[in-house]
Order: sequence, then structure tokens, then C-alpha cells
Amino acid sequence: MILAPMNDIASSQTLEPLAAAAANESLRTKLAVRNLDFRYGDFHALKGISFDIPALQVTAIIGPSGCGKSTLLRIFNRIYSVYPKQGASGEIILDNENILDARYPINRLRSKVGMVFQKPVPFPMSIRDNIAWGIRHHERLKGGAMEDRIEQALRAAALWDEVKDKLGRNALGLSGGQQQRLCIARAVALKPDVLLLDEPTSALDPIATGRIEQLIEELKRDYTIVIVTHNMQQAARVSDMTAFMYMGELIEFGRTEKIFTKPDKQQTEDYITGRFG
Amino acid sequence: MSTANPADKLYHRRRARNAVALVLSGCAAAFGLFWLVWILWTTLVSGMHALNPALFTKMTPPPGESGGLANALFGSLLMSGLAIAIGAPVGVLAGTWLAEYARRSKLGECIRFLNDILLSAPSIVLGLFVYALVVKPSGHFSAIAGALALALIVLPIVVRTSDEMLQLVPGAMREAALSLGVPQWKVTAQVLWRSARPGIVTGILLALARISGETAPLLFTALNNQYWSLKPNAPMSSVPVAIFQFAMSPYEDWHALAWAGALVVTLFVLLLGLAARWYLHRSHMAQD
Repeated sequence: MILAPMNDIASSQTLEPLAAAAANESLRTKLAVRNLDFRYGDFHALKGISFDIPALQVTAIIGPSGCGKSTLLRIFNRIYSVYPKQGASGEIILDNENILDARYPINRLRSKVGMVFQKPVPFPMSIRDNIAWGIRHHERLKGGAMEDRIEQALRAAALWDEVKDKLGRNALGLSGGQQQRLCIARAVALKPDVLLLDEPTSALDPIATGRIEQLIEELKRDYTIVIVTHNMQQAARVSDMTAFMYMGELIEFGRTEKIFTKPDKQQTEDYITGRFG
Repeated sequence: MSTANPADKLYHRRRARNAVALVLSGCAAAFGLFWLVWILWTTLVSGMHALNPALFTKMTPPPGESGGLANALFGSLLMSGLAIAIGAPVGVLAGTWLAEYARRSKLGECIRFLNDILLSAPSIVLGLFVYALVVKPSGHFSAIAGALALALIVLPIVVRTSDEMLQLVPGAMREAALSLGVPQWKVTAQVLWRSARPGIVTGILLALARISGETAPLLFTALNNQYWSLKPNAPMSSVPVAIFQFAMSPYEDWHALAWAGALVVTLFVLLLGLAARWYLHRSHMAQD
């Protein structure tokens, strides 16, 4: 039962990126997931997941609640390890190294793989310090260089124009949408390779959501983006690749147009068209 | 209309019950407030008579002479300050360990439970403990011993509030900070403490309010001193003990001093309460 979908994934894995590579020759794999299993105590949350996440593309992970899509995302920077009794096995290869190897330094991983969460959580400090706090741990930047980096990050997150005159103000005074863009700026400021977005717009109104989606489009020039979303229209709008998950298994992975127009699997089609049990 | 709508009957019955519940809870509130207002009023009226500048400049008098509470006020400030200086840092660190490093562990649960017992331990027991541990071996009462006994009262309060305030910090903030590749100790010290600071500071202020009126633990440790003393390893006077001594005496002017002392302590506690509220309010304003 577990093997059957895996075989298909293996085939789509080789076919899809290759087909895409013809169109875009710079396409290479950034994160290679191999036979990934994940357990919360006794619960087998992810079963034999394998697929390749291409560099400088937006990969969306969709599926019904509880299918394991957030769990999967939270393995890419090992944030799950904050909690006891959770464990991943298998491999995730990032730049030729297995990030699940216990010897892989967790803080180096997290500086390469940034994350933005469902609810915006600015730190209780000024807007400037929200960005600078993470940078200070990884790099020693002199005053001017730090200010430049902060501006760069805020510009990348399309927030600069709104906050440039109040960098010293408490970040908790920003609106929800601004707070979420601040969180994106905070992650981008560390110059990561990969950005993980865990339902980044589910707590935002439609206008703020639109701005974030536009931002994702711009960010993919510099970052490999993996986004988990409940909203299928959003996945269709922002992503290049889509992974459909169900009950801890990866059912189908391929180019977004294909997943949303002529998926290979009946289950995928049922979910996409809303005919899901 | 004898076969009135059952919904109407139900409505009237509920209204009646509501009225009864409202009257009962109102009476209970009035009963509680009555004693509180009485106590405050008596303290205020009796204390005001003895309130004068000499209270803050003169030493505790021998019978028949006029005096003040200067040495007792100083002793209370010194010992309370020392107790906070000892108890608050240890308490914040222990509470941090409970909330951030041992939240789901058996050992953490066990220590949290023991801390709750210490929280409700009678303060006289803590005084006796320090008496046996410090006063007896050293052979004399001392301000240090008094501060230690008070610190033992401060400790569980601060542990409890720090633990609870840190647990209230959303898990998402912890994850967001850790996801920047910053180690846990830095996340705790620079983000989580900052987020929980209003609550932790309020807990420390409340602990200070609590110990500023404690008498029993000081009787066994700092004892009392009729004279001005700055020596921390000698007996020292304190306002609660002075109140105790003077109130039990047969002299009219000592009674007046005891009332004045009671008023000063009450006002100090009131002020601390207001300071705590003001600080919390200000922190909330800063977040909006």
C-alpha cells in the first residue's frame, strides 16, 4: 500500500523535473527528500515520502487537514526537534548533505532554511531589532553594514516604504499584514537559500494576502520557496510545483498546471475538484 | 391565560433565580469588603495621629520617651531589599528552567509541585528553618538571617510567576526565534524574557509586598534592635517586629507608634500594588 504511490512518485520525479528542465535549464534540485518517515510518539505521521524540490521555484504542499503537510515542512529546518518524542528517519539532502544527520549543525541549517509561520509573531522589540536580532547571532556587521542589511531585508519583503521612518518603534504596533511581512524580512535578512512558508496568509485579510502572494512571486528570484497552504486557489496562483498529500503519504507531485488540470491520480482529482469525502 | 406559554414560565423562573443569585453574590461581596474597609479605616484613623516627621528620623524609644521608627524602617528596607536581591534572580532562573527546559519532564512536574508546597508553607516554619541553619551555628541573630528567611518566601512566588508567565508566551514565538538559527539560551534571554517581563516584574513586586509585612520569620532570625544598626551580621529592627513589640506593650505612646508603623506598611504595600498595575498597564500600552 505504501509502495504503490511511491513508485509513481519515482516516475513523476524523474519525468516532471526533466520536462521542466527542458523549459528552464537552470532547474536543479535544492532539497531531495528520500524515504522520509516521521513519527509523533506512536503516530506514524509521514510514510515513505520521496520527491525533489527544485531550486528557485515555488513548491506548494496541499492536502486536507491532518495529512501531514505542515509536519513535512517543519522537518526541512528541524523545528520539530523542539518537542520531545518526535523523530524523522530517511534523508533530506540539501547541497549534498543530509540535514537529518544528527551531526548536521542545527543552527547552520536554520540559517540556510528560513521559516515563516501561520500567525505573525514579531518579537517584543523595535522593528529594527526584529531584523537585526537574528543577524547579530550569525554575523558581525558594523553599524552602516547592519543598517544596509536591514533596509535590504525590509525592501525584499516590500515593507521598507511603510516603516522606514519608524524603525525604532515597537514592532507590535504594526498591522497583521505588516507583521507577517516583517517576519518574512526577518527570515530573508539571514540570506537563506530556502524559505519555508507555513500557511503564511491564513491569518490575514484578502488585501494583505494579495500583497504576500505578490511578494512570493518576487522572492522566488533569489530563494527556493516551499509553501504549505489550505487554499488551493493560492497554491495554483503562486506555485510552480505542487505536492498533494493525503494521510501522511505523498499522492502526487508535479508541475502545478498539470496537478490542477490533468492529475494522474483519482484522489488528487477528487481533492482538487472538491469532491473529497 | 392559566395555560400560559411554558416558555414564559421558564423565563420567569430564570429571572427569579437570577435575582436570588445576584442578591447572594452581592451580599458575599459586601461581607468581604466590610472587613477590609473597617481594617483600612481603623489603621488610617489610628495611624494618622502618630504620623509625624519624628517617625522617620528618631529611633525606637524606650518606654516613656518619645521616638520614631527610623531604625525599623531602615531594617525593613534593607532586609526586604536583600531578600529580593537573593530570591528574585534565583526564582526567575528556576522558573525559566521549569517553563523552558523541563516543561513536560517528570522532574519538572515534581519540582513545580514542591514549589507549590513551599509557596503555602507557613512563614514561621521558614523562620525556624533559617534559625536552625544560620542563627544557631553562628550563635547570634542577624539581619542576614532575616533576609534569608524572607528570601525563602520570595523564592516560590517568583518561581511560580516566572514559570506561568513564560508558559503564556506563545509557542509560535519560541519557534519563530529558534527558526532563525539562534540557540535556545539566547532565545530565552533575549526574546522570551522580554515578552514575559511585565508579568515577571509584577510577580517580584507582589513578593516584595508580601514580605514587607512578614513578622514571624524575622522573630527567629533578625530579632530586633532598639538602636540604629547598619551591621548585617547583627540583630536588626524591622517594622513588623516593632509593631508586634509595641502593640503588645502596656504603653499608650508605643501603641501609637505601632499604629503609625502599621499605616506605613499598609501604604507601602498599596503603593507597590499601584506600581505593579501601572507597570503592567504601561507595558500593554507599549504593545498597542
